[in-house]
Amino acid sequence: MKISATVTLKKDVLDPQGKVVNQTLKNMGYKNIISVRQGKFFEIEINETNKDKAKKMVEEISKKLLANLVIEDYSINIEK
Amino acid sequence: MKSSIIVFPGSNCDRDISIALEKFKITTQMVWHNETKLPKSDLVVLPGGFSYGDYLRTGCIASKSMIIKEVVNHSKKGGLILGICNGFQILIETGLLPGVLLRNKKLRFLSKNVNLKVINVENQFCVNYKKKNIIELPIAHNEGNYFADQKTLNHLEDKNLIAFKYCDKNGKIDRDYNPNGSSNNIAGILNENKNILGMMPHPERLIDPILSGEDGSMLFESLNKSV
Repeated sequence: MKISATVTLKKDVLDPQGKVVNQTLKNMGYKNIISVRQGKFFEIEINETNKDKAKKMVEEISKKLLANLVIEDYSINIEK
Repeated sequence: MKSSIIVFPGSNCDRDISIALEKFKITTQMVWHNETKLPKSDLVVLPGGFSYGDYLRTGCIASKSMIIKEVVNHSKKGGLILGICNGFQILIETGLLPGVLLRNKKLRFLSKNVNLKVINVENQFCVNYKKKNIIELPIAHNEGNYFADQKTLNHLEDKNLIAFKYCDKNGKIDRDYNPNGSSNNIAGILNENKNILGMMPHPERLIDPILSGEDGSMLFESLNKSV
């Protein structure tokens, strides 16, 4: 089973890279862009058929390793 | 006094710190990150560098390595731990120190000398700075922007757990003299028991007049005195 996890900085944490991307897009002429947040994307392949079990495991992984909960949030997406 | 220097793949200040410690009569031994036993030591040093190529987050992978369990035990027994630069980042990822170190505000790697004020001179790392509490040390980092929620910052201030703050050459602490955007100009902090110090500047790089200064020496003199 493939599960993905997305880790982004929390809303109130300054994201300088996202800010620069946002500004660059504006400079390129995309005037209606409101904001950009940059994050990390993990594609995880698990030897597990039970969706709930797999999700639970990725939750645990996200908390323990992938995200630093002081500054980051994570979201999990089951692909197949 | 005996010290152990933990070496991770990507550590690059391990030999510098070893030379600095030996100069002040603190014996050193290098301990590879995969070891499961920490040799008997009064002090554990997590050196600067780029452990694991800064993968995932700075200090993150190193904080999960085998020896870290032993380092945490060492701290629980009141043993001293000094984390410099990447070592500070590792201490934070391990949870031994609060907060987080973000990328420098201006997204640039900084390598220069900065002025620092020693805020807490009552701990075992800094007692010798009583003589001189405005000092100059080099910084060399990309992620040194200390960040914590307001409650944590207040706690650090109230309990006098901030060891160093960035300042100007007269000791004035202001946003203008903050190289990386750190909250409250924080350059180094202590844990509650004051046996763990994490700091971004490199004291081991200024321990001899030939290296253009000796402001780092007092830290090692303090450590030597403490045992």
